[in-house]
Parts: sequence; structure tokens; C-alpha cells
Amino acid sequence: MATQHSRSAARLMMAPAVILLLGWMLVPLTMTLWFSFTRYLPMRGDSIERGLEWVGFENYVRFIGSSSFWPSVQATLMIVGGVLLITVVLGVLLAILLDQPMWGQGIVRILVIAPFFVMPTVSALVWKNMMMDPVNGMFSYIWRFFGADPVSWLSDASVPSIILIVSWQWLPFATLILLTAIQSLDSEQLEAAEMDGAPVLARFWFIVLPHLGRAITIVILIQTIFLLSIFAEIFVTTGGSFGTRTLTYLIFQRVVDSQNIGLGSAGGVYAIILANIVAIFLMRIVGKNLDR
Amino acid sequence: MGRITLDKVRKAFGDVEVIPPLDLTIEDGEFVVFVGPSGCGKSTLLRLIAGLEDVSGGEIRIDGQDATMVPPAKRGLAMVFQSYALYPHMSVRKNIAFPLRMAGLDAAEQERRVKAAADVLNLTDYLDRRPGQLSGGQRQRVAIGRAIVREPAAFLFDEPLSNLDAALRVGMRLEISELHKRLKTTMIYVTHDQVEAMTMADKIVVLRAGHIEQVGSPLELYRAPRNLFVAGFIGSPKMNLIGGAIAKQHDAATIGIRPEHISVSPEAGDWKGRVGVSEHLGSDTFFHVTCEGIGEPVTVRVGGEVDLSYGQTVWLTPDANQLHRFDDKGLRIA
Ligand SMILES: Nc1ncnc2c1ncn2[C@@H]1O[C@H](COP(=O)(O)OP(=O)(O)OP(=O)(O)O)[C@@H](O)[C@H]1O
Ligand SMILES: [Mg+2]
Repeated sequence: MATQHSRSAARLMMAPAVILLLGWMLVPLTMTLWFSFTRYLPMRGDSIERGLEWVGFENYVRFIGSSSFWPSVQATLMIVGGVLLITVVLGVLLAILLDQPMWGQGIVRILVIAPFFVMPTVSALVWKNMMMDPVNGMFSYIWRFFGADPVSWLSDASVPSIILIVSWQWLPFATLILLTAIQSLDSEQLEAAEMDGAPVLARFWFIVLPHLGRAITIVILIQTIFLLSIFAEIFVTTGGSFGTRTLTYLIFQRVVDSQNIGLGSAGGVYAIILANIVAIFLMRIVGKNLDR
Repeated sequence: MGRITLDKVRKAFGDVEVIPPLDLTIEDGEFVVFVGPSGCGKSTLLRLIAGLEDVSGGEIRIDGQDATMVPPAKRGLAMVFQSYALYPHMSVRKNIAFPLRMAGLDAAEQERRVKAAADVLNLTDYLDRRPGQLSGGQRQRVAIGRAIVREPAAFLFDEPLSNLDAALRVGMRLEISELHKRLKTTMIYVTHDQVEAMTMADKIVVLRAGHIEQVGSPLELYRAPRNLFVAGFIGSPKMNLIGGAIAKQHDAATIGIRPEHISVSPEAGDWKGRVGVSEHLGSDTFFHVTCEGIGEPVTVRVGGEVDLSYGQTVWLTPDANQLHRFDDKGLRIA
């Protein structure tokens, strides 16, 4: 009974939340846009009260012209892509594994989900000091045990290391979504395929994977949105050096290290554009997958 | 060829024995129907034959070859599931071609066989649709199409019509019977609907709690049910089962008489009773008559339209030649 009356009442009820959300997003967005067109160097005494000097597109040109811009885009895409690949592939495998009836299933499932509850800063610290440390880390012990020289992961293989840490954090999410999707697969379909002469791998390829298609696109979409802005993991481990300076990190450095708010804001606008390109691209794929 | 022999086949899930050792032979080209109440193990038996469940004991032979340990794909049987189990992301054409593709047939041969199957099943116009865009009956036909392209030794159907509405069910029943006449392939068909069993089967296997109660042609089961369970299960409306003094008169613990073998007269007869609810089907009329000395109301079937009013006194006379007698263990007395 969605009458006119109840509908307008519903709008009224939702208004505070909508207004709050809009303000939450619009205010910072407008300020970023505004700053990006001004010279704003707090160290040199610029401030909003005294009025900011309008410089047009100068910040945009400088941000893109800087020698760190393209490498940072590259690093961003590499990390996002790497994490997506690992979480989706391992997520599918883990989901299939967890779907099998086995002893202690409940506990195993909780253990698998656990990393998701660890704060990014904490997990990055744990990985850096307990696992990847070239002297005291777990990996260095393993390497030495086999008589190899320990690798100093975060400097010699910095990008893969970060991908590893972030994948560890996001694997539970992917696994969880994919597991629920696998559980919704009609077992008669698999039995039918078995009777039709499809061996295990063919059943996976022709039945399970297409069934998971939708869940996989959702995992990719949601993860991409969050992965584009990863920060803590880089800040804690490499501090942006050794080729791990992502776009987000570059903006942070421009604003905090170089105290150039105008330039950082211009970078922020580029990041928004990049995120939207990726989002539109993904929405297309997801849309195609969802309206089946 | 498709002669299937079950030799002391047994199935237990954990401690629960669902199917106690069971012997059954299904001849080549036969249409066999497994029928029985819900939970009696029909599906389980079918899945044992298909190889989707492992037997707990005994042997399954297909055409004389021991198939007990042969994986489902290698048994040469095709199954039609109750939920159809079509592959939702594939077109009808790809669904039907799937077993051929898995068998590694070349594209031209696949296409030829899919066309042939689609012709038989009236699916030619729907080949490029997804299963989600089909009606229940069409999905059912796709599932059958996917089974026939493989040219299996036998077809296994698990309640294939239970998701369809009544009218469609009658239509599909005829189509499946016709398919059987044309292909002459062994078919094993599971249902709990005794009308389907009676109309389609060459041979009916009545199951109860995993036991075979009786095996025989529909008319054998109708004419000479071996025990009370089969007597009550086969035939619609149900046979009237009468105990007590009336049964004693016939030297039996229970007597059975089918509704169609009782005549009604307003003047005279063996049993006096009062007419209760009557059901008018047009072609037949069913009366439920409460008789003196008989606990349950007796169902009577009369051809055509007969008007007896509620509460009217009538006399019923069973046809003595059609009377079934059962002893105190529920077994038929010859
Ligand atoms: N995987 C299983 N584990 C344990 N018990 C099972 C399993 N599958 C079936 N059973 C039991 O076996 C018995 C027979 O089941 P089955 O599915 O064969 O019945 P059915 O005759 O097909 O019934 P319906 O007409 O309702 O489909 C039931 O009591 C059921 O609970
Ligand atoms: Mg069943």
C-alpha cells in the first residue's frame, strides 16, 4: 500500500540521512575543487581567511607534469590488479574447499574470515615485522632453513610484498561472497553435468564458474573501490618508496610532506576521475552480468 | 540395449537402512515405473542405478556387465531431474549439445543431433533462448532433449512432471509415452502419482520403506493386489477396505472392493446406508455412503450423472467376482 501519503512520509523520514550524506560528500568535494584552482601553501602564510590566489589550471598541469605522476598511476593499477587477481583466484579455490563437508568446518570458516577483522595498520605492521623482516621475520627463517639468503622483501620486492599484504586482508571478503554463491548452486546441475559426462574440471569450467560470474563481478567492483584508496599498508611498510607510491600516496605527500594543498587537491581531482573511469568500466560489466 | 539387473542392492545412509537388499530386473525396452509414498526410497533407488549414490551392498548389472563401481558418465544412462537441472547460462541449443560436446563429437554432428532432438520435441523455435525464458513444459522438454541426444541405454526420470500444472502434466505424460513407443529404449520413471504409474507403465514396481511390495503390469496390480498396501495404493478412487463382521462372512480379515465394482439401488441390496457427500465429475459420480456395520464411508463410483440426494437411504451391492480378500497379515487370499 504505497499510497501518496506514505511515500511522502517516507521521503521526509529519509531526508536527514540524505542531507547528511550529501553534505558529507559535497562539502569536501567542493573544497577540494576550489583548492585545486588556487595557490595554497600554509607554510608561506596562505590561508582561507586572507583569501587564496586563483591560479587556474596551473596545479593540474604541474601535478601531471611531475615525474612521479605516471609511475604512481602505474603502481596503483599494478597493486589493484594484483590484489584482484590473487583474491579472486584464491577466493574461488578457497570457497570450493570450504564448501566441501569436512571436520571442523565451523572453526575453519571463522579462521578464514579472521584477517578481515584486523585493522590495516596492524596487519601491515605484523607482516612487516613478523613475516617480512630480513633478520627476524618468518620468511627469513624459512629462507635460511633452506640455505638461501633472506630477501629484504619490502625494499627488493616491494610491490609484490604490498600486494601480498593487501591480498591477505581482502581474501576473506572474496572467499565469503564466493562461498555463499557456491552454496546457492543447485547440486542437481552438477549431477546432471556428471551424468552428461563432464569430468571434474569441465564441471568447474562450464557450471561452477559461470554460476559464480555475478559474485565475482561484485567482488571485483567492491574491492576496486576500496583498493584504489589503500594507504595505511603503504605508509606503515615502505612509506611510498621502492616504487610503491600510489596515486593516493602521492597526493598525501604533496599535501602533508610538501605542504602544497593546491597541488594535492588537483591530484585528488585526478584520483576522482580515475576512480570514475574504473567505476563506469566496471558498472558496464556488472550491469551486463546482473541483468541476465 | 538396456537390461538392468539389481542383485541384492542395499543402501544405508549412516545407520539408517533406506533400502534393504532388493532384487529387480528391468528388461530391455521396458517402461518401468517406481511408485510409492513420499520418502519410500524411489529417488534413492534411481540414483543408485544412475551411479549418483554408491551402493552399500549388492550388485548392479547393465546388459550383463557389472556396473556397480562404474562412474555415472560411463553407465550410458541419461537422467531427467525433477528440477530439470538445466544449465541456466547456456542457450537451449548448448544445453542439449552439452553431453555431445563432453563426448567430443564434432560441431556438425552435434548440430545434426540437436536439430533432430529439437524436431522431435517441438523445440526448434526456442533453440537460442535461455532456460529462464521458457515455460515449465518447454524446460521439461529441453531436459528430455538433453537426455535423448546421447542415445542412452536407458532413461531415468525422477518425478519429471511434478512441477507442472494438471493440464500440462497430462500432455507431457502422453508425449513421454509416445517417445517411449518411438525410441523403444528402456525407461525408468519415478512418481508418487498412481495415475501416471497406471497410464504409462509396462511394469509397475510398488515400493514401501525401501521394500518392493509388488511388481507387475498395471492391470495385474489392479486385478490382483498382493497385499493391503498395494490394494490401497493402486486405483483411484481408493479401494474400499472393510473389516469386521462383513469380512468374516467372506472368511477374511479384510475384504476390498473397488468403488467401480459396487452397484447402488434405492430399493434393495446387501448393505444399507445413507448417502453422504457426492462428487460429480460429469463422466462419473462418486458417492460416499455411510453403511451400517462399516466404520469408514464406502466410496461408490457410478458412470454418468446419477442424482441421489444427501441423507437418502440406499442399498449397495458389491460385485462378488471382484471382491478381494485379505488375511490377518494383510496378504491376499487366492
Ligand atoms: N543423503 C541422505 N542422507 C540421509 N538420508 C537420506 C539421504 N537421502 C535420502 N535419505 C532418506 O532416504 C529415504 C528415501 O528418500 P528418497 O529421496 O529416496 O524418497 P522418495 O521416495 O524419492 O520420496 P519423494 O517421493 O518425497 O521424492 C528418506 O527417508 C530420506 O530421508
Ligand atoms: Mg524423490
